[in-house]
Amino acid sequence: MFELLGVPPQVLMGQLLIGLINGSFYAVLSLGLAVIFGLLNIINFTHGAQYMMGAFVAWMLLNYLGIGYWPALVLSPLVVGAIGIVLERTMISRLYKLDHLYGLLLTFGLALIIQGLFRNYYGVSGLPYAIPPALQGGQNLGFMFLPNYRGWVIVASVIVCFGTWFMIEKTRLGAYLRAATENPELVGAFGINVPRMITLTYGFGVGLAAFAGVLAAPIYSVNPNMGADLIIVVFAVVVIGGMGSIMGAILTGFGLGIVEGLTRVFYPEGSAVVIFVIMAIVLMIKPEGLFGSST
Amino acid sequence: MIKRTALMTVAATALAAAPALATDVKLGVLNDQSGVYADLSGEGSVVAARMAVEDFDAESKGINVEIISADHQNKPDIASNIARQWYDQDGVDVILDVPTSSTALAVADVTAEFDKIFINSGAATSDLTRGNCQPTTIHWTYDTASLANGTGKAVTDAGGDTWFFLTADYAFGHALERDTTAVVEANGGEVLGSVAHPFPGTDFSSFLLQAQASGAKVIGLANAGADTVNSIKQAAEFGIVQAGQKLAGLLLFINNVHSLGAETAQGLQMTTAFYWDMNDETREFSERFQAEIGAPPSMVQAGVYAGTLHYLKAVEAVGSNDSSAIVAKMKEMETDDPLFGKGYIRKDGRVIHDMYLMEVKSPDESTGEWDLLKQVSTISGEDAFLPMEEGGCEFALAD
Repeated sequence: MFELLGVPPQVLMGQLLIGLINGSFYAVLSLGLAVIFGLLNIINFTHGAQYMMGAFVAWMLLNYLGIGYWPALVLSPLVVGAIGIVLERTMISRLYKLDHLYGLLLTFGLALIIQGLFRNYYGVSGLPYAIPPALQGGQNLGFMFLPNYRGWVIVASVIVCFGTWFMIEKTRLGAYLRAATENPELVGAFGINVPRMITLTYGFGVGLAAFAGVLAAPIYSVNPNMGADLIIVVFAVVVIGGMGSIMGAILTGFGLGIVEGLTRVFYPEGSAVVIFVIMAIVLMIKPEGLFGSST
Repeated sequence: MIKRTALMTVAATALAAAPALATDVKLGVLNDQSGVYADLSGEGSVVAARMAVEDFDAESKGINVEIISADHQNKPDIASNIARQWYDQDGVDVILDVPTSSTALAVADVTAEFDKIFINSGAATSDLTRGNCQPTTIHWTYDTASLANGTGKAVTDAGGDTWFFLTADYAFGHALERDTTAVVEANGGEVLGSVAHPFPGTDFSSFLLQAQASGAKVIGLANAGADTVNSIKQAAEFGIVQAGQKLAGLLLFINNVHSLGAETAQGLQMTTAFYWDMNDETREFSERFQAEIGAPPSMVQAGVYAGTLHYLKAVEAVGSNDSSAIVAKMKEMETDDPLFGKGYIRKDGRVIHDMYLMEVKSPDESTGEWDLLKQVSTISGEDAFLPMEEGGCEFALAD
């Protein structure tokens, strides 16, 4: 049986699969960021906090209202997306005319406030959220034991990612959106309500973050800090994929999950930085990102 | 960042009858107030210090105590900058708590430089009283050696003779792995390997699969806080325990067990220096504490209380805030408080008191939200902590 650098193939297969699972989270999160940046030109630093809110809303629905995982998967993104829309209307929309930096600072500040509020009420130890009964247990794949829930995470992410890509790149609605980004005045002249479309797009991007949060709730502890570290990695993913590129965000998300997974086997100490090393290299060689256009 | 949480002054003149002049002392509680260790130290440690001052009734004994606190964010550079500013400009006499071993080692050095006092409760590394010991350091609650002698020994004795470690990649994780390896090997066990994971981490499944592939009977979790919680949850998810391997959470706090829930955590063994439900005195203290913080005290917060109390006793005995005299007095006096009982402080700064091997109750056994642990055995202080002769603390062994 062949071994790669002393690692048996079964272990390697398992690690590739785990990388794909983590990549699913990167993909859904970076997709939301890419949608918001690509269509609104806002660098949404609140994304990590919105991911955390998605998990918390799922927890609240269960513990305060007795609403389980499956409805939460739809309700939580709607609730958090609606909160996002309020933020966009009341604050973020005032900054569209200014430099990116203002939006970044505003959303970063909002993220700190939201995380601080949750920390104050719920502490940092984390709250338990059970895996839904239908997805408990797992499959023995021979080379590893795959928990059913993790398999579901991959499936759900792939569906959501490619659904979003299809909607933006292949449908009439997506065409309006892309046109509105290029020339809002002209699209407005055709009778399309551009500000409302932009607001809904922001809400949708935020909803994607919340969706990832609900997916994460049963496997990581529901914790006010859960988005704070992740958001930095996800930004690196977006930069590597090319700011604003939808397909770029999806493919780099999955791809970097796998790269990170392999680093954990061959050089575990480096697994926290490998994505940033790749980011630095990509920025030097192809500053617009792997899938970005150079315009 | 630095906030005043309690300001207690007393007019010494009011005690017209007392001839002694008042002594002013300033305590700085330096810990994690927003990150992974905020629940087990954080604001609760500040409250614990304040309760010690009130219970000691410092005011009527002519000691003016002021308490300040700050968030070190688990970063050694931030911790040593705050410590430097506190000693140099703010007139702080003693720094308390300081979880996260890397920050504790940094603060220990700054404290020695300024010749002040450092009473650590939150950090685990036994290096604070070994190679990196300082005459100004007192290490109160627990350390990696005592965890190894508790959980590590119990699991090895119960037949877990081959180990694989999941180690948090910083000072604490490596110290815990080293000390546990020593105990495992001394008890006839063998360590098959280890993997260092980033701190703090989120996904441990990759490392858990490596541990599984090692074939070791025991997976030793040389990490803490949310890292341990996530490791245990994910090990259950990936069917690692069902497949026959045993998990040993080498450092678990009551807050972590609460977060895991009795359902997931039941049967896990853990070593602790303090549990709220041990006797009437611990229950009485915990009730008062919980009224303010919303959770019973962790062993770290209990250690801040006990350390502050012992410090104030020494201040009273010395009658000034002369650091060297106070440290000497603290090491000379027996320690005795409602939470840890009787004990003593060794020359190298290690506080010696009993440790307890506990087991997490099953949901059926648990009668309340925080009724989570039952005692398995008591480990005497002499057995729990590394003997001073083996620690290699130079100044303590010199004379």
